[in-house]
Amino acid sequence: MKDLSVKVAGVTFPNPVIAASGTYGFGEDYAPLYPLNKLGGISCKGTTMNEKPGNIPPRIAETTAGMLNAVGLQNPGVEVFVNKYLPELKKQGNVIIANVAGATLEDYRNIAERLDSTDVDMIELNISCPNVKQGGATWGTSCEGASTVTKAVRAATKKPIMVKLTPNVTNVVEIAKAVEAEGADCLSLINTLLGMRIDIRTKRPILHNNVGGFSGPAIFPVAVRMVWQVANAVDIDVVGMGGISTAEDAIEMMMAGAKAVQMGTAIFTDPYSPLKVIDGIEKYMIENNIENLSEITGSVKPW
Amino acid sequence: MSYKCDCYKLIEKKAISAGMFSFTIYCPEVANLAKCGQFVHILVPGFTLRRPISICEVNRDKGTIRIVFEIRGSGTDKLASINVGDDIDMIAPLGNGFSVLDIADGKRIIVIGGGIGVPPMLETAKSYKKATALLGFRSYDKVILTKDFEDNGIETIVCTDDGSVGISGTISAPLKAELEKGDVAAVFACGPKPMLASVISLAKEYGVYSEVSLEERMGCGVGACVGCVCKIMRDGEEKMLRVCKDGPVFKGEEVIL
Ligand SMILES: Cc1cc2nc3c(=O)[nH]c(=O)nc-3n(C[C@H](O)[C@H](O)[C@H](O)COP(=O)(O)OP(=O)(O)OC[C@H]3O[C@@H](n4cnc5c(N)ncnc54)[C@H](O)[C@@H]3O)c2cc1C
Ligand SMILES: Cc1cc2nc3c(=O)[nH]c(=O)nc-3n(C[C@H](O)[C@H](O)[C@H](O)COP(=O)(O)O)c2cc1C
Ligand code: FES
Repeated sequence: MKDLSVKVAGVTFPNPVIAASGTYGFGEDYAPLYPLNKLGGISCKGTTMNEKPGNIPPRIAETTAGMLNAVGLQNPGVEVFVNKYLPELKKQGNVIIANVAGATLEDYRNIAERLDSTDVDMIELNISCPNVKQGGATWGTSCEGASTVTKAVRAATKKPIMVKLTPNVTNVVEIAKAVEAEGADCLSLINTLLGMRIDIRTKRPILHNNVGGFSGPAIFPVAVRMVWQVANAVDIDVVGMGGISTAEDAIEMMMAGAKAVQMGTAIFTDPYSPLKVIDGIEKYMIENNIENLSEITGSVKPW
Repeated sequence: MSYKCDCYKLIEKKAISAGMFSFTIYCPEVANLAKCGQFVHILVPGFTLRRPISICEVNRDKGTIRIVFEIRGSGTDKLASINVGDDIDMIAPLGNGFSVLDIADGKRIIVIGGGIGVPPMLETAKSYKKATALLGFRSYDKVILTKDFEDNGIETIVCTDDGSVGISGTISAPLKAELEKGDVAAVFACGPKPMLASVISLAKEYGVYSEVSLEERMGCGVGACVGCVCKIMRDGEEKMLRVCKDGPVFKGEEVIL
């Protein structure tokens, strides 16, 4: 048995494979299959101050090697998360990341304050969700917006803050540096790319929202590139995601500079995929005489 | 709620009409849990998202379930190429099925199926002592499963949109005629939205309990992604509920189509 644990911004995860926000709910839906604490951690569904009904369906479309979603952050609100889901998840020994979203700066500040006194291990700031008309995309797509939110949340909580970056920008490195300067403890990337599919029979977009977030294996190379660029430019830890479905993908993402990874869409294809990735990473460690996963992080040798 | 995710053997495959297939899958652990109106979420090799398909019949003694599907696109096309003896990777059984109610003697239920909504109604009708099936299809070449209903002692009425077989037109008129008889305890339906709307309004008119099964595009299939929601009126509020976990079957009175 190898020690697969990793430390991200001071938080220890038993292994580097974390369920990505929005694809794993609050865990309970996958509990019939395996103990959730086999995962490195769970990033819970994006949570807002108050309950949100989300977008009109259809919210899901398939693409070649991927999918689009326009869920629009449907969630029960932070109180339900804190009172109902969090205690259960912590009782089972899971490392829990609260993924938070808001339309206004006040929202972000309030929700961070609310979470400060709870058991969550880390707060992931979703400043990159492309589905919410106000806030969301606007915060995460400019250095100014991203640093303003980070600064406000930093002042509201002592919890480690992970800022989740959107790939829908010209220069992701600038934004990464801007949030690092305002006190982000670590970064996660990438959120979904903005995409669209049209039904050629009806001429209607498949998503009722017309456009939606593109995820899954198809986006993997974009994610690896962005993680590599960002990890080279900042001193804080980076968690990589976007299209990871195999242990080889996860190792590649770590070589690009990620300390840990998140998996989302691959779980829809195969709910066991995170466990298979964990096993595959362990096998790779054994075969390559690796004692600590930090030996892999950033080990790419660029030309 | 309990479900499995595993590979199970396809033990029988039949083409039942043009582009329509019947699969019998050996999966004792799934058969033990399965209820009428639930579905399976099938991984078709090469696709990112699984395909939801209703459970058409359950045979606990043989440890099998049956599904019936139509080729609608590239996923179901690939599914149809799977051969007997091959594995089918599925998450199952999923969702809340149709209620199996205690029905007073002399009363019966009506199951209504439209096109590819017919399959789940077979197991549902079989779960009751006395059932009538009202099955609607586009035309004669789309008719499926009527013999299966009849072989199970279920009175079966067929309608086609073009009148090429059975009653000409939608199921609305024959449903009204059946409800007039006054011995219907409940109606259960799966099919296109206009059909469900008509079932719900007729059931309401006659004061008969109704349940309908809804369809939506799915991500996870197990309730985690909130991708598959529909509008439901519950506890005096309009809610976005998940077809995969809160449904696919909802009470007719709750559904906002
Ligand atoms: C609860 C439920 C039960 C179903 N039961 C049956 C059944 O018993 N027999 C049967 O033939 N069909 C059934 N369907 C419809 C079946 O899921 C679709 O026909 C199938 O997913 C189409 O896949 P495709 O790759 O051939 O089509 P494509 O159009 O290529 O599929 C593209 C994407 O859209 C999704 N999609 C397309 N049409 C539908 C649809 N009508 N409903 C949900 N997702 C869709 C696919 O799953 C896939 O993710 C059911 C659907 C639901 C939601
Ligand atoms: C259905 C769905 C819902 C999502 N919801 C959220 C969310 O609420 N908050 C968030 O930060 N990211 C959300 N994401 C983005 C994922 O967490 C992840 O960044 C993205 O899907 C890329 O990873 P993947 O290719 O492994 O899925 C969602 C993704 C999907 C597919
Ligand atoms: S498909 Fe994910 S919640 Fe229904």
